[in-house]
Amino acid sequence: MTAIQINSVEKSYKGFKALKGVSLNIEQGEFFGLLGPNGAGKTTLISTIAGLIRPDVGSVKIHGHDVVTDFREARKHLGVVPQELVFDPFFTVRETLRLQSGYYGIKNNDGWIDEIMHNLDLTNKADVNMRALSGGMKRRVLVAQALVHKPPVIVLDEPTAGVDVELRQTLWKFISRLNREGHTVVLTTHYLEEAEAMCQRVAMLKLGEVVALDSMQGLLRRVSGSQLIVHLKEGTLPEGLRPLVSHDENDGQAGGKGNRYSLRINAPGEVEAILARLRESGAVVDEMQMQQADLEDIFLQIMGDAKAGKGAL
Amino acid sequence: MSFVSVGFRTLFYKEMLRFWKVATQTIAAPILTAMLYLLIFGHVLEGRVEVYPGVSYTAFLVPGLVMMSVLQNAFANSSSSLIQSKITGNLVFILLPPLSHWEILLAYVSASVVRGLVVGAGVFAITAWFAHLSFAAPLWIIVFAVLGAAILGTLGVIAGIWADKFDQLAAFQNFLIMPATFLAGVFYSIHSLPGFWQAVSHFNPFFYMIDGFRHGFFGQSDISPWTSLAIVSAFFAVLAAVAINLLQRGYKLRH
Repeated sequence: MTAIQINSVEKSYKGFKALKGVSLNIEQGEFFGLLGPNGAGKTTLISTIAGLIRPDVGSVKIHGHDVVTDFREARKHLGVVPQELVFDPFFTVRETLRLQSGYYGIKNNDGWIDEIMHNLDLTNKADVNMRALSGGMKRRVLVAQALVHKPPVIVLDEPTAGVDVELRQTLWKFISRLNREGHTVVLTTHYLEEAEAMCQRVAMLKLGEVVALDSMQGLLRRVSGSQLIVHLKEGTLPEGLRPLVSHDENDGQAGGKGNRYSLRINAPGEVEAILARLRESGAVVDEMQMQQADLEDIFLQIMGDAKAGKGAL
Repeated sequence: MSFVSVGFRTLFYKEMLRFWKVATQTIAAPILTAMLYLLIFGHVLEGRVEVYPGVSYTAFLVPGLVMMSVLQNAFANSSSSLIQSKITGNLVFILLPPLSHWEILLAYVSASVVRGLVVGAGVFAITAWFAHLSFAAPLWIIVFAVLGAAILGTLGVIAGIWADKFDQLAAFQNFLIMPATFLAGVFYSIHSLPGFWQAVSHFNPFFYMIDGFRHGFFGQSDISPWTSLAIVSAFFAVLAAVAINLLQRGYKLRH
């Protein structure tokens, strides 16, 4: 069954096209990643799924229910953790979660509320006013609010932005459990290692368009080879090696302590040729490391291709 | 859809809890303000003005002040709740769940009615000590108090949805609600006004709410309470239709 069906969604704000005909199907039980740089349209797309934004063209369905014309059924199936750290200062954590349950038509939900609070380490904050919580704790409450009605589809819009390692671990443990139990999870994040670890399938958005849509393995296969990271003690990278650079970790400031480069290579045999070129140019390698390509490399490559107008889908 | 659904009841309860948790500001303060009006105006004008035969000025003033407090607090409740939620962003907790437009409107308006009536009852309990009041037709008192509070609660929903900033809401309150209330005969009978201003007063729906409410106390009013009821009911129906339309369109709520 399709959990989320997004059909040719377009959205403009005062002439700026935030979404340019996005189409996606997310299947029930998937852990799906929605990635892209700032301004790619991720939050606009999530807000459209949540019914907070109405598309100019196209439609979104949650478990077959249109988010505009059949919004009550659609919203019953959806739990959204918003990106903004919002809270109601009048209430305690428990009051907040009880109220949120009631909005979804659920009475006497304390059993599940206690379980959510336990899993998100909120139990000892249950009777604390929302104003008195730290940012990380408020983020946990936002996650809890999205889960009070046990939604089959959970959307997390950058849930770990600016939070500590402990919350990340707690959150992913709980969300993974819900995913194993059959809940569909859609995640947007700027932490690509999180997406790589959690997501089975990924869509990459850029300037309101889907520029890549594939399984995580499929995406990782796209970038063959590895990264050779070299730290130069003396000299600088010769021009002939510049096309291999995937990350210039010096931000263009070669030399000195930060003279580090990540070079894309297809086979280990290429390392010797690179070292020879460095020696010829008078550069001295201080440190060297081989690394397998990861989602970040793919992300940068796909975003670069999209910028150059190459189709990546 | 059910008007007594869990969703409606929860939002209604939340709105009640919201004003109850800051009762000093939302209940005690307006009662004190109304008492000050009574003490000052009553002291200055008592014995100099007789609006209805056999009714002292202070007795005339009490129902007007009660109704003014009901109306202003009903408006303040829904409008301030919505604008605060919009500005702090927590309105998303209402927008994400499957609440219908009617459930949202009715919950905000019902809580506004409760706050309006609680403040009105408080003002009455304090000010009634200063005047001899009768209850000629108590049903009219209840009908106009509830209907007036519902109208202002609905107007508060409209203003809360429309306003993007606190000062826009303050402008709505200061340039529309306050003048309309003051010019509706809280402190005087419109029969004491020149002909032109009497005619203008008949275009002010607040006048009918206060006049009908006062009829419940004295059995006397500037116009028939039935006429007032018809006009006030029609005004409520129009405002409710506007509020529902805004919620259905997601005006300034769903972009």
